[in-house]
Amino acid sequence: MKVRATSEDRLTQIVLIGLALTFLAFFLLLPLVAVFSEALGQGLGMFLEAVQTPDALAAIRLTLIIAAISVPLNVVFGIAASWAITKFQFPGKSLLITLIDLPFSVSPVVSGLIFVLLFGANGFVGPWLAEHDLKIIFAVPGIVLATVFITFPFVARELIPLMMEQGKDDEEAALSLGASGWQTFWHVTLPNIRWGLLYGVLLCNARAMGEFGAVSVVSGHIRGETNTMPLHVEILYNEYDFVGAFAVASLLALLALVTLVAKSVLEWRFDLHSGASH
Amino acid sequence: MSNTLALAGAPPGVLPRTIARTWRKRSVMPGFGLTFGFTLAWLTLIVLIPLATIFLKAAGMGWHEFVAVGLSPRALAAYRLSFGTAAAAALVNAVFGLLVAWVLVRYSFPGKRVVSALVDLPFALPTAVAGIALTSLYAPNGWIGQFLEPMGIKVAFTSLGITIALVFIGLPFVVRSVEPVLADLGKDVEEAAATLGASRYQTFSRVILPAIGPALLTGFAMAFARGVGEYGSVIFISGNMPGKTEIAPLLIVTQLEQYAYAGATAIAVVMMLASFAVLLLINWIQAVNRRRMGA
Repeated sequence: MKVRATSEDRLTQIVLIGLALTFLAFFLLLPLVAVFSEALGQGLGMFLEAVQTPDALAAIRLTLIIAAISVPLNVVFGIAASWAITKFQFPGKSLLITLIDLPFSVSPVVSGLIFVLLFGANGFVGPWLAEHDLKIIFAVPGIVLATVFITFPFVARELIPLMMEQGKDDEEAALSLGASGWQTFWHVTLPNIRWGLLYGVLLCNARAMGEFGAVSVVSGHIRGETNTMPLHVEILYNEYDFVGAFAVASLLALLALVTLVAKSVLEWRFDLHSGASH
Repeated sequence: MSNTLALAGAPPGVLPRTIARTWRKRSVMPGFGLTFGFTLAWLTLIVLIPLATIFLKAAGMGWHEFVAVGLSPRALAAYRLSFGTAAAAALVNAVFGLLVAWVLVRYSFPGKRVVSALVDLPFALPTAVAGIALTSLYAPNGWIGQFLEPMGIKVAFTSLGITIALVFIGLPFVVRSVEPVLADLGKDVEEAAATLGASRYQTFSRVILPAIGPALLTGFAMAFARGVGEYGSVIFISGNMPGKTEIAPLLIVTQLEQYAYAGATAIAVVMMLASFAVLLLINWIQAVNRRRMGA
């Protein structure tokens, strides 16, 4: 049999594909299947009961609130940062990009720790906060802060390469035709970047809703008050309520699946390549 | 002014780079003050000031106190475990991540798009969910654990379990950094190698591997860095025995729960410095490598 010089013979291909798929099945697919199987293993009734307990509902509500606050904040920051970085030249630009990426290289636990050191009872600002009866750590504001920190680079990281590639021609044309800055942004820039923006929002949202380590450090785990869904999963699991833990976990897994599907659709339809390091 | 000139002089459809090169100091583009100011202010408030507190706190500790906690036997065991398992997992990911990227770029098979989407699962699945799922799989009565148990292989509550969790977390980093480089690699170099009589294996090890080496190393470094700091997916499967299966991030949490803020800070600072050192080393290797390759 003649073998093409720049590829492998079909048998080698099949062996390599089989090896890769087996690896992915064991390490990625099986855990995903396990979540749903454990959640629904005792029947749909148990599942529905588990996700409708007051504590679970409170956790779901809090997770939605946290995402609803932190994702828009990151959208505004992401757009502002990428506008400044891609439309203008200034010294220290690459340093700025590195600093925006910094939260990616910090351990989630450390990301929570820094806010405890800042706002905790013994923190730098803690006594002042106590005097004014303000609570950040072991309360919702702390969870929002930690989430915003963790998701900080997501939107900017998606928009910077996209806007860099698109250049400034469209905006300059609009401006030279007499459009104002805001008009140019709303009618020219935003339509140009909307799919990339949506892509960034999707990833940012998935992380915001699923963050565990950073949130765990600042939340205090008060049931019904400062428990997000991932933290609720941990509490139930440690209490050996496996059906409950996997039921809430399966909702998060569903969110992950929706995110992956939407992300893939955006990639195929609008040719947005996936970033390498989210 | 200079922009309109540059635009007028440029043929339609000109590359943005040409515009950028003719771009002068003054710009008609509005909003620099607003966006740059906001970016800098928000970055300072959310990232820079909070991160600075950790070093401020560490600087406020005496050297003796810092060493007593930051380099205590329990902390040293935790670093060894965190860095060791992260390195082992990143190594596994370098091998299998390269295989997955290769298969996705070079071969066609049914369901390829679904497989490609699945690779990003660890980015999208919350770490706590991954943690309890892996624990249930590898527990002695779990789907996989029940087959490993009779063979005397214990995964859950050992460092092997930690490594498996970190393999899960790190895989997409390697695949996604190798994939684009592999796709861009022209067939012509491989054809040239084949024409010159190289076997397929020789072409792979002498031509392809050196070309994707930097991307592979980047993926390895990112998977490693993520693994060192990883918390959510590990704590369920690790068993958390001090000195044995207690990872460094967990030790920080334990210190915090005892209100030992100084101890938590010391461990966090040692971890961050060690991670930076490893990343710098990898950057240095890449720079040396680039110089030797003459690129």
